[in-house]
Amino acid sequence: MRLYEFEAKQVLAKQGVPLPKRTFAKTPEEAEAAAAAIAGPVVLKSQVLSGGRMKAGGVLFADDPQTAKTHAATILALEINGQQPAGVLVEERRNIAQEYFAAVTWDGRAKRPVIIFSDMGGIDIEEVAETHPDHISRTTFSPSRPFSDYTAKVAVASVGVTGNELAPLTRIVAALARTFLQYDLTLAEINPLVKLDDGSIMALDSHMDMEDEARGAQRTLLTELAIPDSDTRQARPPTQFEIDGALVDSADTRGVAGRVVEFDGDMGLVIGAGGGSLTLFDAVRGAGGKPANYCEIGGNPSVNKAANLTKLVLSKPGVQKIAVMMNVVSNTRADMMARGVIKGCLDAGRVPADTIAIFRIPGSWEEEAVKILQQYGVEYVDRTVSMHEAAGRAVAKMGN
Amino acid sequence: MSILIDKNSTYIIQGITGREAVTMTRELLDYGAKVVGGVTPGRKGRDVHGVPVEDTVRALTDRMRVDGAIVVVPPAFAADAILEAVEAGIKLIVVVTERIPRKQVAQAVEYAQQEGARIIGPNCLGIIAPGKSRMGGIGGAPEATRRAFVPGSIGVMSRSGGMTVEISNALSQAGLGISTAVSIGGDAIIGSTYAELMPLFEADPDTKGIAIYSEPGGRMEAELADYMQQSKSRLPVVAFMAGRFMDAMPGMRFGHAGTIVEGRADTTADKIARMEAAGINVAERIEEIPALLKQRIG
Repeated sequence: MRLYEFEAKQVLAKQGVPLPKRTFAKTPEEAEAAAAAIAGPVVLKSQVLSGGRMKAGGVLFADDPQTAKTHAATILALEINGQQPAGVLVEERRNIAQEYFAAVTWDGRAKRPVIIFSDMGGIDIEEVAETHPDHISRTTFSPSRPFSDYTAKVAVASVGVTGNELAPLTRIVAALARTFLQYDLTLAEINPLVKLDDGSIMALDSHMDMEDEARGAQRTLLTELAIPDSDTRQARPPTQFEIDGALVDSADTRGVAGRVVEFDGDMGLVIGAGGGSLTLFDAVRGAGGKPANYCEIGGNPSVNKAANLTKLVLSKPGVQKIAVMMNVVSNTRADMMARGVIKGCLDAGRVPADTIAIFRIPGSWEEEAVKILQQYGVEYVDRTVSMHEAAGRAVAKMGN
Repeated sequence: MSILIDKNSTYIIQGITGREAVTMTRELLDYGAKVVGGVTPGRKGRDVHGVPVEDTVRALTDRMRVDGAIVVVPPAFAADAILEAVEAGIKLIVVVTERIPRKQVAQAVEYAQQEGARIIGPNCLGIIAPGKSRMGGIGGAPEATRRAFVPGSIGVMSRSGGMTVEISNALSQAGLGISTAVSIGGDAIIGSTYAELMPLFEADPDTKGIAIYSEPGGRMEAELADYMQQSKSRLPVVAFMAGRFMDAMPGMRFGHAGTIVEGRADTTADKIARMEAAGINVAERIEEIPALLKQRIG
């Protein structure tokens, strides 16, 4: 889950990282008052979870409170990548002498946290890595031992920073690393981290992602930031269809029938499991099909859970047919899935034989599943028909 | 031969009295795997399908040889269970549990490395050496397992448990069969990556080729590509890449916890290019994997 910039800065402030004077405003009037309190030039920044807000016009500058108010109104009305801003951050505007980049994330190869530091901040760090590899350092550290400042010093000094800047940058990067470990973050980034014209160093922009799995352990911080459990903070806000999908999954603890993601096609998908769903979604698209949704079935969901997922998919306007497909399963019972999807069709007032384009769930209790499907005249394929072939057959039926 | 496990390997199950663990115990015993004990705090003295239950791992390792531990405890207790197994001297730990925060995984992996223990997973179905032994729920009921995993010459490694079974089934149907299949886990931080398991397959004379299942997110495929270029591996590798649609959807998580496109190196396009440059064939469909391996093995 992603934190908004103003929240990330609250977290940094707790660790003593120097930050510009700032106020989070939800209305143009609040922004005007904030600018008046700062009593100088300000920058107004849209608070969205999506990147690219500068390009989208979500960052504006103002020299007086009246302009700040007008700009805040513009920003608050501006949707960026489908997201309404949560508010606008009004910040004092400072003169920058030098920009740095600092981030802490996980290195899956080293299996340790890694500090990424550069003295070329403010721009795309992947580009710096490619074009100026000597201006970027990667320094891993132990996830178990208490973080010690020398690691941050090594990260900063490795790109050639020395003199008066080394100590303050080390302190900030060390604070960032401790923040990362303490709050179960998967990304803690300050970009740009800047030296001002008066020589002082502060964090101008920050980006943090917290691990979804750690939400329980980090309840204290989330309460402090006033982030409710219902706020999923994914890259785009969930649609009603997706919220309903999450309800289907959480209504019953047995198995998984969830992670529903809405797409704009007409072919309903009841697919699983994790990797199987990725494979099948590609296979449907590769065969020319237009999925109405993505989803994941796993573990051993109850008949009702499978039925409710089926009903949900069929409730989407334009969805006439569904494809029910999984990889060869280990612990999902094919017969319970068969019962579930047939019940879902019947509950939705559909004829299973016309609605289920194909059923492919090879594995345990397969023979029972076949009996049930045959009774309703639903086309069934076994493991001798590949996932891609099954997807192709389902797509071919879409025209009928 | 096989890697990691063999027919005489002995295992304990941490969290053995849970509903799914009881089923797994039955399936493992029926397959012929040697489950010698289980741990559930407060359940000392009971048994699960004849397997003795203890409160601590030490109580088992003190009185018998234990080659491996299967961790199926809930996520909040999983890291603790791994540390307990490592501390008791167990050298192979399969972590089935999913949704363990990655800091805890990284801490457990660091401790395991220091103690010379290997972790497989988390968020995996385990390991199978067909016809010999099996460590984890991979394959399900014994009969279904025997059908999907015929003994043979291909090593399988997969970030998806389900796709480990699907690909192994395709290889079994095509007459190649499986030497050892490892569901390596779907998380961003896992105990053993493709490249880390490759030397074990290299040393196994029964393994003639490798099939891997991969997906967006992480640097594991890049690490494998580097390994293939540096090691001059004798083994042909064929990969399947799922989740190609995700390249256009940065920041969205699908499938497993480790499956998210955050930078260019996370995309399937980048991974495919790196693997192909390293001589790894990337199949477009699952059913192409056996044919590609047959061509390469000759």
